[in-house]
Amino acid sequence: MGIFTETQWSPYVVGALIGLLNIIALRISNKPLAASTTYLNVSGMIRKIFQREKVQRNEYYSQKTPQVDWGVMLVGGIIIGSFLSATLSGDFQITLVPEMWASNFSSDFFPRFITALIGGIILGIGARWAGGCTSGHGISGASQLSIVSWMAATAFFIGGIVTALIKYSL
Amino acid sequence: MEKHYDNKRLQLFLGLLIGIVFGFLLQKGGVTKYDVILAQLRLMDFTVLKIMLTAVIVTMLGISYWYPKGKIQLHPKPGSIKNSMIGGLIFGVGFAILGYCPGTIAGAVGNGYIDGLIGGMLGIIIGSGIFASMYSTLKRKKIIEDDHFSEVSLFQRMKGSPFKYTLPFAAVLIGIMAILEVAGL
Repeated sequence: MGIFTETQWSPYVVGALIGLLNIIALRISNKPLAASTTYLNVSGMIRKIFQREKVQRNEYYSQKTPQVDWGVMLVGGIIIGSFLSATLSGDFQITLVPEMWASNFSSDFFPRFITALIGGIILGIGARWAGGCTSGHGISGASQLSIVSWMAATAFFIGGIVTALIKYSL
Repeated sequence: MEKHYDNKRLQLFLGLLIGIVFGFLLQKGGVTKYDVILAQLRLMDFTVLKIMLTAVIVTMLGISYWYPKGKIQLHPKPGSIKNSMIGGLIFGVGFAILGYCPGTIAGAVGNGYIDGLIGGMLGIIIGSGIFASMYSTLKRKKIIEDDHFSEVSLFQRMKGSPFKYTLPFAAVLIGIMAILEVAGL
């Protein structure tokens, strides 16, 4: 049980196990690991409450009816699994502002909240534009040797590295 | 196509179970934390890349083994080089501002990060909704369009055993990680 209470595992062990998990997902569910479509589903389900017809007419939502599916359960599971791991190792902590953010910018919650919200909106648009995220393109698509996914993963990091270097040089 | 793929309730349960293991592993890898993701994007620590590349190598070799036997189906994503470049750069900007990605942010929430829950997750949902509203226009103006790489996996083009191609490629990826280790990153 000792390993489960450790705070951090080697990235190579974690990566190899995620790879095995990806193969298991393909074998037992015929689905590769991917997270970003869940947020589209949730946005569609919320908008359906207020504007049902508009969502039904929308060309993008029509491609796949927004509903609780395998991917939504996967993302829900990630929350639970991370909570389990963090609790077992004593690494669970309610945090309003991450340490690196606080030491460079401010320990107030509001600026961090607004930045996370804006960053999330930009990321959400980009994920749908590219058709996937760090897991869907970066791990699953890349391992299926899709050119589209390798391009997307490269662009994620180019955009991310340039923005992070600018953000922390201000 | 195996029969249990269509058992909807079983699949929802399996999705949850796989998610729990995925979240557990992400947390043990440290990538449910803003500081670890930003350290990667600031090129100070390569934990994120090491996890991703190792996962890619293992999955790719698994596909190399089971795809020719018909035991694994491929799901290459639709899209194009252009969509990946433009969308990917937009994603990257958001990634660095937010400090989490769609999978790791769920892990961050489980780890206790409130900025991930009420800031980031809300933002990603709003952003996805905005894109859904923009989609028809972007498509009509051909800003977004599929090209001949859409839904293509190189596994479909390989002649003979995929290992002929994937083992050397895995060696290159391992080489990249070895260089990172030697450089102390």
